[in-house]
Amino acid sequence: MNIVIKKKRAFKGLSLPENKITAKKPIEILPVPDKVVIPLQQSLGAPCQFIVEKGDVVKTGQKIADSQSYVTAPIHASISGKVTRVIKVVNPVTSTMMDSIIIESDGEDNWVELKKLFDIKKSDDFPGLKKIIDSIDRKEIIKKIREAGIVGLGGATFPTHVKLNPPQDKKIDTLILNGCECEPFITSDHRVMLEHGREVLMGLYIISKILSPQNIYIAIENNKEDAIIHMEKLVEEMGLASIFKIIMLESRYPMGAEKTLIKTITGRTVPIGGLPMDVGVIMNNVATSKSVYEAVIEGKPMIDRVVTVTGAIETPKNLLVRLGTTIDHLIDSCGKKESGANYIIIGGPMMGISIVNTDFPVTKGMNCILVRKSRVPVEQNCINCGRCVNICPMKLMPLAYVRYVKGGDFEVCREYYIENCIECGCCSYVCPANIPIVGYIKTGKNQLLKVID
Amino acid sequence: MENDKLLISHAPHIWGGFSTNKIMFIVVFALLFPTAAAIYFFGLYAIYIILTSIATAVLSEFVIKKLRKKRFIMDGSAVVTGLLLALTLPPRIPLWMVVIGAFFAIAVVKEAFGGLGYNIFNPALAGRAFLSVSFPNEMTSWIIPPHFNYDAITGATPLNDNFTYYADKLSLYKDLFFGNRGGSLGETSVMLILIGAAILLVLRIIDWKIPVIYIGVVALGSLLMGKDVLFQVMAGGLMIGAFFMATDYVTSPVTWKGRIIFTVGVGILTVLMRNFSNMPEGVCFSILIMNAFVPLIDKYVRIKPFGFIRKKKNA
Repeated sequence: MNIVIKKKRAFKGLSLPENKITAKKPIEILPVPDKVVIPLQQSLGAPCQFIVEKGDVVKTGQKIADSQSYVTAPIHASISGKVTRVIKVVNPVTSTMMDSIIIESDGEDNWVELKKLFDIKKSDDFPGLKKIIDSIDRKEIIKKIREAGIVGLGGATFPTHVKLNPPQDKKIDTLILNGCECEPFITSDHRVMLEHGREVLMGLYIISKILSPQNIYIAIENNKEDAIIHMEKLVEEMGLASIFKIIMLESRYPMGAEKTLIKTITGRTVPIGGLPMDVGVIMNNVATSKSVYEAVIEGKPMIDRVVTVTGAIETPKNLLVRLGTTIDHLIDSCGKKESGANYIIIGGPMMGISIVNTDFPVTKGMNCILVRKSRVPVEQNCINCGRCVNICPMKLMPLAYVRYVKGGDFEVCREYYIENCIECGCCSYVCPANIPIVGYIKTGKNQLLKVID
Repeated sequence: MENDKLLISHAPHIWGGFSTNKIMFIVVFALLFPTAAAIYFFGLYAIYIILTSIATAVLSEFVIKKLRKKRFIMDGSAVVTGLLLALTLPPRIPLWMVVIGAFFAIAVVKEAFGGLGYNIFNPALAGRAFLSVSFPNEMTSWIIPPHFNYDAITGATPLNDNFTYYADKLSLYKDLFFGNRGGSLGETSVMLILIGAAILLVLRIIDWKIPVIYIGVVALGSLLMGKDVLFQVMAGGLMIGAFFMATDYVTSPVTWKGRIIFTVGVGILTVLMRNFSNMPEGVCFSILIMNAFVPLIDKYVRIKPFGFIRKKKNA
């Protein structure tokens, strides 16, 4: 057996009602939509510029936006058709305006010619593939990853080619594949591991070729036992058992958060304001790993992803959707919302963002659409109970932020290391006074950013 | 998709549901055990005191919230304050004094500072302190539990200087433990206080560190002063103070470090007051004095965040 069971964890954590109702539902391919809305900014870093104009005809997979800047990821057309409009949409996550284009489908889904390195039909032939991967130059792989527009699909949307190309002075000795998926409801990564485990592992192998770390861990929570067994079997089959180690972790929120997961697995502490690479670790999400495989071997750019549509809806599903499909369309394809379900959340229930406008499209970092019935929080006074301090995985004092943000003392928040907050939501979850602590923290962070500007 | 009006709110969109109301309810439930002792030992009049105190507390909160034009929420905190205050009062105090004490606790100590969460001092203890300063005679007139009227116990509270006990030590401890002695309504039966406290500890309502350190410091202090440790720990209001008063969220520090500093301070003050002041008891005032330091402790005692690295000098 190649599975290591980690019982200890580096944080207290919450045991949340899981509600993974779509865990047993295979990924369904959503038919190509009539139109897609593609925003310009889909990753951290510099925004892209369009390289197509209104009226242009584009093919599926054609690059439509790029930037000179290093920290950015290009964007590709996810369907074939005609660029009909350039509009502005409001990004619900940052509440800023983003330029977007609308592509209306020609109904044919014509792809650009993909530069395949390997016949996909023979993808079972891992030794053959391994030889090819071993023969590609490291720089060439990174270039391919950049061209495919791959970003971290766990939600942070950090451009993957930047992550996989750490500065020379940072020695990377550990690579972690994050398959924790600790948020309730979301099952997209779980399904990707079950149905595309081979691609995920090959992607991981490609990444390991770039970084050549000593330790490679695949971290999965113990509520996904089938995924653990499946991955273990595949690792064995592919002859990677000597280098890939599967780690079974307790299902505890926020296990999948980068810093806590690194601490739990390696015992290393990422310093405040630092990155995992500062302690020699690089972490990737399973869906990112799959995309890396598709980009490097199949030449396929990042134009679709698996999204879980779940909650108070008729038929919850895991859907493989083209980027740019509107959320409206996704919800409609899963049947009627239950009556009174008037919250639509992008992401999971702990960290997701509720939206008012369902015209917004699926972007690269979106792993879940959650429909929920309303919960009207009545904020009461803080009674200083200290539950938020106790539960905070980053060992912060959340109640202080509430006090100082209410008073407008944003600078004091910095003394309490507000920028170290990962916004996991544990503090609000346990708060007996029902205070939306994370909301206050976000306000404080935004105000501080403005002060710097 | 037909869109009814979509609503937005902050993440997280789920909530643990362990509300302030629930906490207060559990505290009241735990306090029912010492309350039962009060009624058992001191009779029907104890019920009058308790009900008067609770009713006054809730009513004052309601009126003052209306005066301040704030929403009145029945969060149970006024019930806890009223009940706690009643349990610290002597068993035959006139009811009008109870009304004054409960009103002072809510109106002045709690609401004048901004309501639940903003008070500096523990309202129940401050109410008691106010009464003992205003009516020193009534506040120190103790009775022996009426239906245990035998010779071994004098009328004074055990910590008083003229307390004398005629039977042997073991039965003294036994009386203290089961509550067969004079004293305030709720402080007499150590056993029932411990049952209530166990509920709070098991449900993680209170931090075990506060009562354990408090009682530990008092025990150690009494040992150093050459007093009878078991007697010092069980007599007086230490037990109810350690489990129900010092652990009050609002008036105790929020970090574990702060809580240790706070509790050690309370413990030392209690020992000093018991031994060197002209009062027989020090629990109430030592908690109140340390309450005043809580904002300061919370400001300067912080915990190290995840990934904190001390900056090296000249680096």
